Amino acid sequence: MKISIKYDMAITCKAIVQEQLDKLDIPHTIHGIGEIEIQRELTSDETEEMMGKLANYGIHVLNDQKLALVHRIKNTIKEMLESDNLQSQTISQYLADKLNYSYTYLSNLFSEATHTSIENFVILCKVDHAKELMANTNLTLTEIAYRLNYSSVAHLSSQFKKTTGLTPTTFQKILEKRRGNLIQKTI
Amino acid sequence: MKIHPLNSGNQILNIALADDDDDDRLFFQEAIEDISIRTKLSLLKDGQELMDYLNLPNAILPNLVFLDLNMPIKNGMQCLKEIRSNPDLSKICIAIYSTSCSEKDIEETFINGANIYLNKPNSFAKLREAIKKVLQINWQYHTSNLNRDNFLLRL
Repeated sequence: MKISIKYDMAITCKAIVQEQLDKLDIPHTIHGIGEIEIQRELTSDETEEMMGKLANYGIHVLNDQKLALVHRIKNTIKEMLESDNLQSQTISQYLADKLNYSYTYLSNLFSEATHTSIENFVILCKVDHAKELMANTNLTLTEIAYRLNYSSVAHLSSQFKKTTGLTPTTFQKILEKRRGNLIQKTI
Repeated sequence: MKIHPLNSGNQILNIALADDDDDDRLFFQEAIEDISIRTKLSLLKDGQELMDYLNLPNAILPNLVFLDLNMPIKNGMQCLKEIRSNPDLSKICIAIYSTSCSEKDIEETFINGANIYLNKPNSFAKLREAIKKVLQINWQYHTSNLNRDNFLLRL
């Protein structure tokens, strides 16, 4: 038997962190966007135990403040792309407001650490989101373009082609054939 | 005290190249050394060498494998299928690195699970640019929560 599941990584991650920290009796507040505030100082044993427990779920505590900020930038971008108020603000404004640093600082830090710019990363995320919708929903390209706030299907298609080297149609064809392959193998 | 729980990426990309042509391996190595992204490159002379390397017990698996299609003993397509049918190797990104421009070849490799199709460029400068682009995008898939199942790139 096969079933399809859908999940929200942010909720999953939050639930796991909460459950594990509660188990260890560590009072905490989860700020979202990958930041947790702990209400008291932990002993080194406690810190180690907590890091060990979280690591079982692929969750790692970042010691490097700059790297941590890069992750928060990424999460904030994802959050913004997934929310519906894309039109109201630019990415730069949104990031600066949410993270409380100037956009220039964030932008330089990001480029230094990730080998790409925030702008390029945003495009990559949007295209990734478009792929997700193409693979898992019956939405048409027009609907996907609208949902991801592209001005037109042509704009989505050209950004898709530029980022992946493939047209959306070719991409969909490949995914369909991959699935066909998988079904054949399981039979 | 503030902590930031998230997937943290390893800062070095482990890369393997399987190509039977000595010159192509050498050019590739020089090109990759020219790029600022930190990498560790393993060179293999054919598909069988690559599979033996991946199947070593306790092998440190590469994040990204570049596969030539035409190789003696075991060709790139066979390697691709073997890698994709082994769950232990599922995290590896596969880049096909070939002279073939046939749309049929390209589509077939993608259908069989390749992530990237890179035509061997005809100059060193273009090769360096192409590898740089592949590494940059692969880096994002390696360090961010992007869906690797949908990672397709044609250069």
